[in-house]
Amino acid sequence: MGELRLMKGNEAVAEAAIRAGCDGYFGYPITPQSEVMEYLMAEKPFERTGMVVLQAESEVAAINMLYGGAGTGKMVMTSSSSPGVSLMQEGISYMAGAELPAVIVNIVRGGPGLGTIQPSQADYFQAVKGGGHGDYKMLVLAPASVQEMCDHVKLGFEKAYQYRTPVMILSDGAIGQMMEKVVLFDQVPRRTDAELIEQCPWASNGRPKTRNHNIITSLDLDPAGQERVNLKLQAKYKVMEQNEVLYEEIQCEDAEYLFVAFGLSARICQKAIDMARAKGIKVGLFRPITLYPFPSIEVSNVGNRVKGILVVEMNAGQMIEDVKLSVGCKVKIEHFGRFGGIIPAPDEVVRALEQKIIGG
Amino acid sequence: MTEEIIIAGFGGQGVLSMGKILAYSGVMQNKEVSWMPSYGPEMRGGTANVTVIISDERISSPILNAYDTAIILNQQSMDKFEKTVKPGGLLIYDPNGLTRLPERKDINIYSIEAADEAGKRGLSKIFNMIVLGGFLKLKPLVAPEFIHKGLEKSLPARHHALIPENEKAIEIGKELLKPVHILN
Repeated sequence: MGELRLMKGNEAVAEAAIRAGCDGYFGYPITPQSEVMEYLMAEKPFERTGMVVLQAESEVAAINMLYGGAGTGKMVMTSSSSPGVSLMQEGISYMAGAELPAVIVNIVRGGPGLGTIQPSQADYFQAVKGGGHGDYKMLVLAPASVQEMCDHVKLGFEKAYQYRTPVMILSDGAIGQMMEKVVLFDQVPRRTDAELIEQCPWASNGRPKTRNHNIITSLDLDPAGQERVNLKLQAKYKVMEQNEVLYEEIQCEDAEYLFVAFGLSARICQKAIDMARAKGIKVGLFRPITLYPFPSIEVSNVGNRVKGILVVEMNAGQMIEDVKLSVGCKVKIEHFGRFGGIIPAPDEVVRALEQKIIGG
Repeated sequence: MTEEIIIAGFGGQGVLSMGKILAYSGVMQNKEVSWMPSYGPEMRGGTANVTVIISDERISSPILNAYDTAIILNQQSMDKFEKTVKPGGLLIYDPNGLTRLPERKDINIYSIEAADEAGKRGLSKIFNMIVLGGFLKLKPLVAPEFIHKGLEKSLPARHHALIPENEKAIEIGKELLKPVHILN
């Protein structure tokens, strides 16, 4: 077993990056995720593994440093919170277009605009529907614990390289700030230059005489060429949809009603399940872990066995659209949300289930 | 066993670190724990609170609106959290600076004059450990040896010389606790 620690979600992300063999972190401070870079600066991974940690002059600079680093095949990461991630959208679209692997962490806070520093899940659409321009997708992971904050960094890097795609970890201020037990995985050595060249034959990191130039770009002025790029991306997303879906079912076996929730909301729903079951209401939870690819078939299988579904989100109703597309219209599906940094309490969730689904 | 605790007071009283020591001690005793601080605008206005959950089972929601125990160290927190203690639950408060004492009749209430005691001893920094001692007397969730390990883990190495003083403060706290309202 790995090392056991009590850590904040943000600290777990930072330590996991070092241990995953990350080559570089580029970021700009913003509450509620500033502990990621604070931890890295204090931990000095440049002495431990040789990993670079750099405070950029802005989020726009940070995402373009990621583009450059990833273009050379280096394992790179950034983190920010909602307004900062909005600034990064152009760069993320370019990275998706140029097929660059990287991990981008969004510790979501309440919006729109500068909003608040409190937790929110209102960036779901931005993360899964492409916040930047063009037909692209990112693999989006939604951790619900500090342990998953750690594990998803390693998984994120693996998938980023497997598919040559940016991967987003979509978390929130509460999971970033709270401390829980975490079992850290052992240090993975950073790749050597020789390993990098072997694993990333596409990378632009010096041309040997044996091949032509590798060009990292998202520009193809010839529409036929650009359509080919799009077809290639879409084919890649199809494979991701078939192979990369992750989800968790909790107390669904005998459930007559179902919560669908991700991240922190899923944790609150687990408490709500205990409270509802104490009243004799048989409710279960379906928790998507990948938000893209969305577990459509899986939520449909469970969702079509129950009498009604309550989608619980810290937003005005975003993931509910994917739940409705997946489950269809035979089952009643309603939304319960709090916004702007307010976290729903478990008893509010039970009341919403009773009023909107059971009594409604 | 699951114990859901809110610790609330002013920033600087050691509310968050008290919660962290309790949580780390729980980890050392192989319990499941969560530590959820306030980090929002209220914290920037001077008040601080932390929700600590210690359990033998996987912890569901780290965010709660009803608690088994509330440890209350200022008036704003009394106004906000007295009503959130579950019926039959526990409220511990330091009367220092309070203008309104708790009024609930359906919970157990104890006072602990920790600020006063810490002041007398000229050791304001152990205030929070005195309070923790009072709590541990009533709810011995973690054994003293694990509190010791929790202190070792949560304090930076340069402060490890102060661990005996912190442990002594915990013992002082156990003696200072006074019942205010006890359920039959």
